[in-house]
Amino acid sequence: MDARSTALRSKIIDVMEASRHGHIRSAFSCLEMVRSVYEVMKPNDKFILSKGHGCLAQYVVLNEKGVISDKDLFDFCKFGAKLGGHPFLEVGTGSLGHGLSIGIGYALADRTRNVYVLLGDGECNEGAVWEAALCASKHKLSNLTVLIDYNKQQSYGTTHEVCELEPLDEKWKSFGWIASHVDGHDIEALRRLLPSPDIGFPLVLICHTVKGKGIKITEEDLKWHHKVDITDEQIKSLREGLNA
Amino acid sequence: MRKTCFNMIYELAKKDKRIVYIGSDVGSGTLQNMKEEMPDQFYMEGIQEQNIIGMATGLALSGKIVYVNTIATFITRRCFEQVLLDVGRHNAKVRLLANGGGLVYSVLGHTHIAVDDIALMRTVPNMTIVAPCDAEEMKCLMPQTVDYPHPMYIRFAGDEPILPFRHVNIPFANIVQFSTRPAKALIITTGATTQLAMVIKNAVIMHIPTIKPLDDKAISIMALSTPKIITVEEHCINGGLGTAVLELLNKQGINKPVHRIGIPDGYCDMYGTREEQLQRYGITTEAIERAIVS
Repeated sequence: MDARSTALRSKIIDVMEASRHGHIRSAFSCLEMVRSVYEVMKPNDKFILSKGHGCLAQYVVLNEKGVISDKDLFDFCKFGAKLGGHPFLEVGTGSLGHGLSIGIGYALADRTRNVYVLLGDGECNEGAVWEAALCASKHKLSNLTVLIDYNKQQSYGTTHEVCELEPLDEKWKSFGWIASHVDGHDIEALRRLLPSPDIGFPLVLICHTVKGKGIKITEEDLKWHHKVDITDEQIKSLREGLNA
Repeated sequence: MRKTCFNMIYELAKKDKRIVYIGSDVGSGTLQNMKEEMPDQFYMEGIQEQNIIGMATGLALSGKIVYVNTIATFITRRCFEQVLLDVGRHNAKVRLLANGGGLVYSVLGHTHIAVDDIALMRTVPNMTIVAPCDAEEMKCLMPQTVDYPHPMYIRFAGDEPILPFRHVNIPFANIVQFSTRPAKALIITTGATTQLAMVIKNAVIMHIPTIKPLDDKAISIMALSTPKIITVEEHCINGGLGTAVLELLNKQGINKPVHRIGIPDGYCDMYGTREEQLQRYGITTEAIERAIVS
């Protein structure tokens, strides 16, 4: 984890200190993926955070780019705020399984643009994801890249326990996609793979990640999936954990 | 009416590259001319309503005007969340073409009978609901759907000519017929059921092609000038046109008796023709006449 990733995580903790809640584990899990996508995006490209509950990652990256103001960021979840627990930026997401289909529409409308859709692994339980997977390969959307945040944990427990996804790459391949594995926290590896080359098929990057990446307690304790009423003491322990 | 709608899509799409059609594995040969002549504007997708509605949203957010075609029950129930959160929330220019609104597919049973579609679509903010009554009215409507700034639910009815004139302007109601004698009631109806009211002479008949938003002003004025209001619809009485009229009258403080003719709460659990089902549920000219004098 480089200094920038640490700084972005620190900013997420600052926001949570102000709001006292948020999906910190999901945000820490997909932070490098979000970072990488925004690094390669051109003006006409599109990014959809289909796992909308990871939005704190997107908010801090866009804040760093100057798209989201400090005020809006720190008003997170307040009454009347622009930003809340699920995003409504260019596209609103939060109910799982919607983003990939919208991304298909974006990709069909303009094949010169690259479209990136970030899915959660638990999100792949949704049937709509697989409807979309069939559709994208039918249209040979080589300008469409899916990144799956494969931390292997969902709200209740492991993906293995709740709804087995393996063999995940074979499933996507059998749906007509090119599937590739990558360490979802390895910025250099993600940079090498993005944007995807025009290979005639949609690409899925199975990004192996650690839920809550960066802090021992958020990595190990599933109860941090969505935390509310966070105490001063917990904020302090998050900061200490990040700097450990 | 359906054929008229598709012909209009073809003609409009020839002139406007923004227009896109998405079918969900419907009718072999549908819009074959568009498929051949405008392949970039024609999509025939699988039986995957959720995906298609999301895809339509992405296309619409990219500047396209998207007509999505499938059976009314599937385009409302199966993908309701996509209609609500994707199309509605983004105010996307998606036009939902609903085949078989009402009791049209009665022989196919409860899975295909769409008598809750208006109620469902009324709860979607930004959604406009239109139910033309015949092919000619559809022909008047379609050019207005191109640049209309909100999503639309378009409920198909039959082809038989019903209206004596050709005029649809969203959201204005059409006064089809003034009573030649003192009107005993105001009959408010929509879609194909307008036909049932057309022979009645002692009432004002108001055809409502746009159920949401309602033409508040026209309905209020006419309601104030008649002793009772009768709503007629091929839809459950919960949440449809009758409910919308009741809500409007309540909002306007108009205290008049309202008799709603429609389908009571319960599953449409019988097969048969549309006409047989209309008889079963008392959605008939005779029932309207009885309501006028009761």
